Amino acid sequence: MIPLSWYLILAAALFVIGLFGVLVRRNAVAILLGVELMLNAVNINLVSFWRYGDVSSMAGQVFAVIVFAVAAAEVSVGLALVISVYRRRNTVVADELDLMKW
Amino acid sequence: MNFWNDPLKVAATWLEGIFTGWGMDAVLAHVLVVFLGVFLLVTILMVLDIFLVWIERKVVARFQDRIGPNRLGPFGLIQPFADIIKLIIKEDTTPDGADKVVYNLAPILSMMSVLILWAVVPLAPVMLGIDLNVGVLFLIAAGAIGTLSIIMAGWSSNNKFAMIGGFRQVAVMVAFEVPMLAMLMIPTIFASSMNMNAIIEAQNIWYFIISPLGALIFLVAAIAELGRAPFDLAEGESELVAGFNIEYSGMKFGMFYAGELLHAFTFGGFWAILFFGGYRFFGLEQVSPFLAILILVIKAMVGYWVIMWVKYTMMRIRIDQMLGFNWKFLTPLSFALVLVTALMNTLLRGADSWLYVTGMFLSNVVVGWIALEIARSVARRERERLEGPTKVVEAQH
Amino acid sequence: MTGEQIIFLIVALFTLGSALMVVTTRNLIHAALWLVATLFGVAVIYALLNAGFMAVVQVVVYIGAIAILFIFAVMLTRKDLRDNTPQTNKNWWAGALVAVLTFAGLVFTLQGWSGFSKTAAAIPSGFDAISQLGEQLTSPAAYVLPFEVASVLLLAALVGAVYVAFNKK
Repeated sequence: MIPLSWYLILAAALFVIGLFGVLVRRNAVAILLGVELMLNAVNINLVSFWRYGDVSSMAGQVFAVIVFAVAAAEVSVGLALVISVYRRRNTVVADELDLMKW
Repeated sequence: MNFWNDPLKVAATWLEGIFTGWGMDAVLAHVLVVFLGVFLLVTILMVLDIFLVWIERKVVARFQDRIGPNRLGPFGLIQPFADIIKLIIKEDTTPDGADKVVYNLAPILSMMSVLILWAVVPLAPVMLGIDLNVGVLFLIAAGAIGTLSIIMAGWSSNNKFAMIGGFRQVAVMVAFEVPMLAMLMIPTIFASSMNMNAIIEAQNIWYFIISPLGALIFLVAAIAELGRAPFDLAEGESELVAGFNIEYSGMKFGMFYAGELLHAFTFGGFWAILFFGGYRFFGLEQVSPFLAILILVIKAMVGYWVIMWVKYTMMRIRIDQMLGFNWKFLTPLSFALVLVTALMNTLLRGADSWLYVTGMFLSNVVVGWIALEIARSVARRERERLEGPTKVVEAQH
Repeated sequence: MTGEQIIFLIVALFTLGSALMVVTTRNLIHAALWLVATLFGVAVIYALLNAGFMAVVQVVVYIGAIAILFIFAVMLTRKDLRDNTPQTNKNWWAGALVAVLTFAGLVFTLQGWSGFSKTAAAIPSGFDAISQLGEQLTSPAAYVLPFEVASVLLLAALVGAVYVAFNKK
């Protein structure tokens, strides 16, 4: 049997890899890729807590489903913003999108 | 337990006995036997695929008033083998600037996305790869891999035509996944299960009779998903030369081609399973699993023939027409149908079976009729906007 | 070590390896394709956790929609980001440090928790996770409100995405 700790460590590792991507990448699309990794790590945690806790209470899976919906919404709006920014500024490098910075 | 009643289990137990007899670990022997089963199924499908080439060519020839392959062997049966030899000995080219790994991975993924579908196909009451309780969703999941393979092929070829073809195909597949998923909900509502086997077992009356509109919309969405005419915009020979597979040659092209044929046959099979009772045919499936497989294959062939029939009698439509058709007509219609079906199912749950069937059938007819009336009035308004009011001309008899 | 553990380790290594490729590879299309590999690995993890529905939905939603959307977005915004320019900003070492520290902190915190190394109880026979999930998602006593809110959120995202990305000529 696999202990719960394995899943939690996997999720933690996936989360920090995503975090690294978000902090380090220059391209806005790549930053969103990192956010996706982080959301997946959270989902692994939710589903493994469902499996290792009370199976008949579906809270873990329900919240994982809601994370799916949130992820889909986040990606569609986020990428729409990136494409819109690209049309106006002709760049998607996060450092160069500095119009609001003084 | 005798071989003719449950051949798969008997063979598996026998093989596992042999392997453990050789001193093999029981778990390892089981894994090996499962692997052999998968290998056998895939091999049978690939061999079937070879004959699908022949069937396709013969049928298209009949539609176009020709004879088709008739030189090699009886009825040209050896022709597909000649085709394969040609594909294998052709030069295998990779375009300059292509992304080699992705370019070579795409045809494999394309073929895989079709073969993986057969994991959930119940061939007979006791013969199915895996009794997945989300079998219906698995269909969509495998389609997602197919979409991915096409966009990979289109992008990695480093060719504008391939890229446009890939874009188009993805736009189409993502769009038509919506009505398809909605139509998969209809057998799910009737059988109250997403398990393929449970859906077949629940079909004492074919779901085609209960929900003819659902079966039709599923077929349309399936054809779009397959990328066959009238929805073959990804290939679009007249405008895109060959679309996403333009740069592929030899067996890599062969993989796309064989994948497409097998995919069409597979969707014929799923149409049969979801709406035509799968392997069931007046209790004949109880006689022997082999008979059940035969029934399923015949039904799948009929479905495949319908898909070919559509392909060779319809012309290709434009991409904007096609997406407009999906988003403005098919998707709202399929959602309305799912709502009405769920409502009727709740209302008629306890009723007699003839009342249930009649009520469901009539609700389908009403939904379809309303949809057609709306489409007709919208089209008339559109026509009048473009051409001015039409004069009603009395028919002269 | 049981077979299940070996499978878990292989899948976990594959998932983490492809996740690393997502954040380090220079070619963004490759990054998106590595993301597909990662998502697939996560789907297998769900299957190992007996959550078949989640595994299939993962493939349908993430690979079938989100990853494809990413590939589209990369292709549509590709002009000036050549594959040979550095893809990381100059503070990458600080990012790596934060990531490693976060990981260490997470593992350290989890270590002290009593339920950290517990094993799963067997799923009771006849338990159907899908019908349970469906009932709880639509039951007023359970999660119908979050479910409806999620659907409103999706609708809002749909309208918002169309509005933001629409090219006003």
